[in-house]
Amino acid sequence: MPHVLLIEDDVSVRDATELVLRRHGHDVDAAGSGEDGLELLRRPGAGGIEVVVLDLMLPGMDGFAVCRRIRELSTMPIIMLTSRGDDSDIVNGLEAGADDYVVKPVTARVLEARIRASVRRVVPAARNHEDFDGLVLDRAGLTVTKGGVPLAIPPTELRLLLELSASPGRVFTRERLLELVWEHDYFADARLVDAAVGRLRAKIEDVASRPRYVQTVRGFGYRFGPL
Amino acid sequence: MRLGGLRGRLLVAFVLVSLLSAATATVPAYDQAREAILERAGASAVQNFRDRVNASVGEFDVPPDQRSLNRLAEAIASGSRDAKVAVRYRALVAPADQEAIPARLRDRVRSENRLSFQRVEWNGAPWLVVGTPVAFAGSGRPSGVEVFQVISLQPEQDDITALLTTVRDGVVPVVLLAAVLALLAAGTVLRPVRRLAKATRRLADGALETRVPVKGRDELADLAKDFNETADALQSSVAELREQEARARRFVADVSHELRTPLAAMTMVSSVLDEDAEDLPPDTAHAARTVSAETAGLARLVDDLIEISRFDAHAASLSRQDLDVAEVLRATLSTRGWTDRVTAEFVTVRARLDRRRLDVIVANLVGNALRHGAPPVTVVLRSTADDVFVEVADRGQGLTAEVARHVFERFFKADTARTRSEGSGLGLAIAQENARLHGGLITGSDREGGGAVFTLRLPRNGKEADR
Repeated sequence: MPHVLLIEDDVSVRDATELVLRRHGHDVDAAGSGEDGLELLRRPGAGGIEVVVLDLMLPGMDGFAVCRRIRELSTMPIIMLTSRGDDSDIVNGLEAGADDYVVKPVTARVLEARIRASVRRVVPAARNHEDFDGLVLDRAGLTVTKGGVPLAIPPTELRLLLELSASPGRVFTRERLLELVWEHDYFADARLVDAAVGRLRAKIEDVASRPRYVQTVRGFGYRFGPL
Repeated sequence: MRLGGLRGRLLVAFVLVSLLSAATATVPAYDQAREAILERAGASAVQNFRDRVNASVGEFDVPPDQRSLNRLAEAIASGSRDAKVAVRYRALVAPADQEAIPARLRDRVRSENRLSFQRVEWNGAPWLVVGTPVAFAGSGRPSGVEVFQVISLQPEQDDITALLTTVRDGVVPVVLLAAVLALLAAGTVLRPVRRLAKATRRLADGALETRVPVKGRDELADLAKDFNETADALQSSVAELREQEARARRFVADVSHELRTPLAAMTMVSSVLDEDAEDLPPDTAHAARTVSAETAGLARLVDDLIEISRFDAHAASLSRQDLDVAEVLRATLSTRGWTDRVTAEFVTVRARLDRRRLDVIVANLVGNALRHGAPPVTVVLRSTADDVFVEVADRGQGLTAEVARHVFERFFKADTARTRSEGSGLGLAIAQENARLHGGLITGSDREGGGAVFTLRLPRNGKEADR
């Protein structure tokens, strides 16, 4: 069971969530503020933490800022846990680098499923080096290099890239990508896909506004290439 | 310029008044001048005629013959300007055109036995006809000789025409001046009126800060002042209403958000209770399950309240995409485990809709049919060139007219005896708001053969809703 870092300022919610996660067999580190959470991530031996569950409205440093700071340190999955389901909050959270968001209140079952889905994304596939016009994917080692330079790509975006590039030229709808990458057995928000594609493009494309690798097919979804 | 407009009416009135005053001033003067000219011309012609006749009849013998009649006529005619002279003695006539002499004048000369004259129109020109009997000197007895003279009044007529032209030439500039003055006057009245009209329209369009400048101290200035005061009053009451409304909305949103945090903890913990219920004593297990179910219901209610408050704050927005509508409906049914309980008849339809909102609408309609109607529940998808239709029908009790009217209202409960029922009572209201956001509508009605049918109509291309 993945080791979870829970950042949540409300004591009751933190205790209840920690209780539920422990009962499901997770190791849990809990922090009451963004600063404490970051401290836990930085401390020696924090390597065990595999996923962050992050509240958005925090005293002091808010969830968006914490999310950006974690992204500087690590590519681990971040699930935002927010009591605000407004469009602007969701979009901001996703653009700050979150892999998923969950609106409170959430049942233990759903949170559990989402944690496991986010961690599964890093499971390696069984194929090897592929060179796509300078973009080299190592499906076994889960590394991506471009022109010989390694790129740091968080698991959700990496999984998205792997799924798309497995069938170059094929068009994937957002819903299909949600199923493949986020493994939701119900459709979540297509904005998850758009936000992840946006972040992925910023890392792998020469010019993000004129993408070569991950191309938009208007009215349908996305495809990899043709190059 | 519209003739029926204020400007047109003012113009017409000014021109009419100026014409009327010009006419009342000039027409009598013209008439008098004309009469005076003609009278003076007539008098001098008559005097001249009398003198010529007196001078000429001295050596005239009665009864005359034709030759002496002709001579007399020539004598009288000589020396008078373009005049025609006629002399009669019983049947003898010399010479001239007799038709210019009216019969009435002839009769009067004969019967009254004195000089008479009359103005006539002849060959399209004005003439003066003078006639006199010739009497014997001394006795004054009529000799039976009658002398007539037809004198042209053309020079006088020309004078009168010239007078008329002068009058007309005087009136035209007056009328034109009146028209210009009318336009100026109209301008001074119309400018403020137009400003007011424009301001009124802007006020009606919602620009409540609109005011008009108050100039001068006339009635229009008063009107402008009244307008500004009305706008002030309107603006402040609208501001107050908006403030109240915003406060109410904020309150609902804040309460809902505040509820979410304890609900988050309760939802988490209640799942623990649920999981352990089997190992608890029956009463405690029942209590645990009840708490868990109520918590879930409360969480749904809060979600629905937040969604409704978003619609009220106009914060709900559409995220359209090209959809295979049948696929979305299938997903809606299967993710909620309704596939076995619902009969589906779908055709292939592509439309630009918000997937999440379409799901919410259909889930609410089907959930409503399953909860409050009776099986079989059918969902039919069909389309026209412009619209997508989804019909959700059941075989339950159907809708009374009263229920059909209120069923989309918030917290509406068809069965008033039950104060609480499954569902928040907001589902259909939310579904309707979602349909409206797309520019569509849901209608509910009784179904033929029993049961109720709810019909969702959504425009396919979405243009209708991009307001």
